[in-house]
Amino acid sequence: MTEHGIGARVLRKEDKRFITGKGRYTDDIRNERQTYAAFVRSPHAHATVNSIDKSAASAMDGVIAVLDGKQLTGDGIGNLICGWAVSSKDGSGMNMGAWSALATDRVRYVGDAVAMVVAETQAAARAAAEAVEVDYGELPSVVQAVDALKKGAPQLHDNAPGNLIFDWGLGDEAATDKALAGAAHVTEMRILNNRLAPNPMEPRSAIAAYDEAEDHYTLHTTSQNPHLARLVLSAFYQVAPEHKLRVIAPDVGGGFGSKIYIYPEEIACLWAAMKTKRSVKWTASRSEAFMTDAHGRDHVSTARIGFDADNRIVGLKVDTIANLGAYMSLFSSAVPTYLYATLLSGQYDIANIYCNVRTVYTNTVPVDAYRGAGRPEACFLVERIMETAAREMGVDPAELRRVNFVKSFPHQTPVIMAYDVGDFAGNLDQALEAADYKGFPARKAEAAKRGKLRGIGLASYIEACGIAPSAAVGSLGAGVGLWESAEVRVNPVGTIEVLTGSHSHGQGHETTFAQVVADRLDLPIENIQIVHGDTDKVQFGMGTYGSRSGPVGLSAIVKALDKIEAKVKKIAAHVLEVSEDDLVIENGQVKVAGTDRAMAWHEVGLAAYTAHNLPAGMEPGLKEGAFYDPTNFTFPAGTYVCEVEVDPETGTTEIVQFVASDDFGTIINPMIVEGQVHGGIAQGVGQAMLENVVYDEDGQLLSASYMDYAMPRADDLPSFTIHHHSTKSPSNPLGLKGCGEAGAIGSPPAIINAITDAIGTNALDMPATPPRVWAALQTASAKIAAE
Amino acid sequence: MTEISMTVNGTAARAAVPDNTLLVEFLREHLRLTGTHVGCDTSQCGACVVHVDGRAVKSCTMLAASAEGARVTTIEGLSNGELHPMQVAFKENHGLQCGFCTPGMIMTATDMVARYTANGRELSEKAIRHELEGNICRCTGYHNIVRAIQDGAAKMASS
Amino acid sequence: MYDLNYHRATSIDDAVAKRAAASDGQFLAGGQTLLPTMKHHLAAPSDLIDLRGIADLSGVKVSDKRVTIGAMTTHAAVAGNAELAKACPALTVLAGGIGDPAVRHQGTIGGSIATNDPAADYPAGLLALGATIHTDKRAIAADEFFTGLFSTALEDGEIITSISFEAPAQCGYAKFPNPASRYAMTGVFAARGADGKVRVAVTGAGADGVFRHQGLEDALSADWSASAVDGVAVSADGLMSDIHCDAAYRANLIKTMARRAVAAA
Repeated sequence: MTEHGIGARVLRKEDKRFITGKGRYTDDIRNERQTYAAFVRSPHAHATVNSIDKSAASAMDGVIAVLDGKQLTGDGIGNLICGWAVSSKDGSGMNMGAWSALATDRVRYVGDAVAMVVAETQAAARAAAEAVEVDYGELPSVVQAVDALKKGAPQLHDNAPGNLIFDWGLGDEAATDKALAGAAHVTEMRILNNRLAPNPMEPRSAIAAYDEAEDHYTLHTTSQNPHLARLVLSAFYQVAPEHKLRVIAPDVGGGFGSKIYIYPEEIACLWAAMKTKRSVKWTASRSEAFMTDAHGRDHVSTARIGFDADNRIVGLKVDTIANLGAYMSLFSSAVPTYLYATLLSGQYDIANIYCNVRTVYTNTVPVDAYRGAGRPEACFLVERIMETAAREMGVDPAELRRVNFVKSFPHQTPVIMAYDVGDFAGNLDQALEAADYKGFPARKAEAAKRGKLRGIGLASYIEACGIAPSAAVGSLGAGVGLWESAEVRVNPVGTIEVLTGSHSHGQGHETTFAQVVADRLDLPIENIQIVHGDTDKVQFGMGTYGSRSGPVGLSAIVKALDKIEAKVKKIAAHVLEVSEDDLVIENGQVKVAGTDRAMAWHEVGLAAYTAHNLPAGMEPGLKEGAFYDPTNFTFPAGTYVCEVEVDPETGTTEIVQFVASDDFGTIINPMIVEGQVHGGIAQGVGQAMLENVVYDEDGQLLSASYMDYAMPRADDLPSFTIHHHSTKSPSNPLGLKGCGEAGAIGSPPAIINAITDAIGTNALDMPATPPRVWAALQTASAKIAAE
Repeated sequence: MTEISMTVNGTAARAAVPDNTLLVEFLREHLRLTGTHVGCDTSQCGACVVHVDGRAVKSCTMLAASAEGARVTTIEGLSNGELHPMQVAFKENHGLQCGFCTPGMIMTATDMVARYTANGRELSEKAIRHELEGNICRCTGYHNIVRAIQDGAAKMASS
Repeated sequence: MYDLNYHRATSIDDAVAKRAAASDGQFLAGGQTLLPTMKHHLAAPSDLIDLRGIADLSGVKVSDKRVTIGAMTTHAAVAGNAELAKACPALTVLAGGIGDPAVRHQGTIGGSIATNDPAADYPAGLLALGATIHTDKRAIAADEFFTGLFSTALEDGEIITSISFEAPAQCGYAKFPNPASRYAMTGVFAARGADGKVRVAVTGAGADGVFRHQGLEDALSADWSASAVDGVAVSADGLMSDIHCDAAYRANLIKTMARRAVAAA
């Protein structure tokens, strides 16, 4: 390991601009003669749009244009789409309802945009938006997925009878039923996965500019995947052809999935820029973010798990209803299916699994991927039911897990995934040791003396990252390939630019990607620049989500580096008149192994560009590109241990210990990986204890600001203990697995298992707020009193 | 319109602004000091924290006109040339990821350390977590922010 | 925020005059509640009269047992006042728990009680302390001042100048913060006067805002101890239910916070 190579705790190259206030986020940018957009949004959860009177707004000072959905569709702007086709069990396709960036005849959630105002100032735009008079015809609405499926429920889309989008199944139902029927013990649970608002700290923003002379558009936007944005904006929304649209995602202040999607506002701003011939800027307020950013989770499931007399799992059957909101967002269909049910085997060897998923329209914000995307829902279900089963069977929860772990690899689960490597018991042991699991009873007794209820909970998670082999996801309905691209440019003086299709919005790619290059070419990290986030600079890329930047994005860079190394050696071998096989790259030189004959790295670069003395037939220059398509998913796994103390007087839970043992394969920069785990766990704590999106019966969003949506703050959280026990992934050249989502996947069940252990119940929904825990304690004590 | 004048990062700033201009809007849109961010509209996230007459305030919840005559310091003016010890500590302890909350965090942190130092109080981990009540970070889980502030406080004490 | 006219008042008289001249004027104190409300277009005063330039409106004075706090005194100044910490420590604790450090640097006691948010801390403190609210026109007892959700006995254009009270023999404040807003989900201020009389005020819980709790006052007057709270029946009637918790939980919090307030006194 070199000072700046793989495995080193290299401080981040990108930090200087952020700590000095010189970051360049979308809202920091202002074009010449900038105009500002504000959206007219439905105050109703469900209504017809009868008419829109723009006259008062149009007449206001500073107003440039008031635009509506009929104009937008009239100009040929296409509907928003879901990019992953998932079919029902009967083979019928999914029922995708039409979603126009500006609603034309009907609104389906509070916040659905019906018109936009473009004005000289933001204040003028917002004031005029309030002056647009929309005549709505209110319709009955439905917000809970379970209710939406009921007979007589309000219907959202004509082509989705019963509000059902699809009724999908995975696994062998008959075999699973049979296995459960023969089980020695069956545990059954109803498990809710609460609805969350992603809340990256930077609200979404878009600045569209239109160059009339060139008929060319430029969009600055808060995106995790600018190339995908350009593709979708061009191919599906017909805003502009790809070669006439440049999308730039500059510094982006967090995403967590919510900035994957192309939202109505970006489409509308581009279109409005063309209409007004002015640059149009829109930045969400936090209130708008709550109302319009895609939410996450929102599952209602029932699950049954059966064990034989030796405590081995014989079958798992799950029925899930997933709320997708008012429209199908870009990846919405994949999240509760191929990113969820495929992980229901957990870390366990289970012969029979069947999962049925019904996805449903409701009058709420669209639901899509949020950190973990499907895998947290799967992990929560599996790890809650394992813990509950252990309690019911009187088995130590750690031992029940251990007995059922997959122990040999590769392991084909009954739900598509083929686990390639892992050491689940190793992670479990490491976590138990670090948490002093054996010492828990003494700590519990000590806490009891202080009047506190202490509990401990485990979760052994597995997830699938590095999404994904393009052919595999294509066969499952994905509309895109999920490879990644890279280009390595060695300049004539030997410095290096690496262009990547991955996008960093907090992950530290400018550092970790440079570390990989520095390690490979043994060059100073200062000489390496990572370029990303601009469709004019990087040819193509699939962006950053699903913890794929390491396993997929870096693998593309490695592939490009392979080509660079080969060419460099060819040049050096030619100049030095030796065989390529005798050459090594080290210490800034290409040298003949075991001798002091060498070319300095920059001399090779210069030779490539002067082209005075290249091998016969070789093209000048030193620039190589690569596309990397993964051969399998990667499978980060690990065990988390959470220990809590509950105050029985108020139901307040304090996390007194949180230990993680993760297997992420190769770790490029432990400092950054730990940071990813910290952040993931914090979001898991948020889901488990604090965060909840709440709509009232009429579809009004009640948790619409930080006054009512509880974000995790510093004093809600403990310090975390992070350990690694790694097995290298065999599926990519560096052995990486991905680390961005594990924390958010593994922590919620560990926390709820700990709280339920403390208060002596099995049932407890997230978020386990003090009132909920207190109420559960009252029920438990009433039950004890009655017995 | 109201004529306002104040000192921002040691430089006199004078402008005529609409009366309803918030201090953060004046900083970002008029002075183009875009290091101060807006992350919410309910005065809770702390991305907009600056110092007004030496005290941390939320610049989204103060009219620019109310800062008449004040001495305002933003993240851009925290240090002169060399990084401030707290900035160094945030980098060295990986106290930031996406960077959006970072300016507010650093301005809150330096204010916190100054107050605790003035009162001779110990800035424990618990105290730091409590003091961060008005600053939300979605990336770091606060673990390394707390470490950074502990380290930054030590660095400030020795500089 | 809608357009408005900003004025800086140089004296109380000047403030009152400017407000009277405005079509729909409002005083601006620390602005920590008013400005967010205006940003959401939930308030739209034509004119704001900024009080922060009026020098004699801020400061804490403790003379013998009499405490006087200027209306424009910030929460941070109250929380950090050493004399007040001796005379009435619970009020410094209360002020030190409002909002967050940056909010405390701006928010003022006068602004807080003039707003009378049902989950604000100060109303509980002033009601339990039997404080007097002084305005440019008169003195109003706390018992008369807080008249319901976001409503007070203040007349249009009346301006709070200071708050005064007799330091109690003992007092304590305990707050259970709303996990999202950090306002009080329930806060209880208990004060025992030099005459032995106990006043207990509850914020954050009542459907009509801050209120005194007779049962707790009786029990604690008889026996000023945390355990005296145990025997008190706290009804959920008249308490708030919202997305954060129901009235039954708030009833439980009232007892628990009362116990903790007395224990802290």
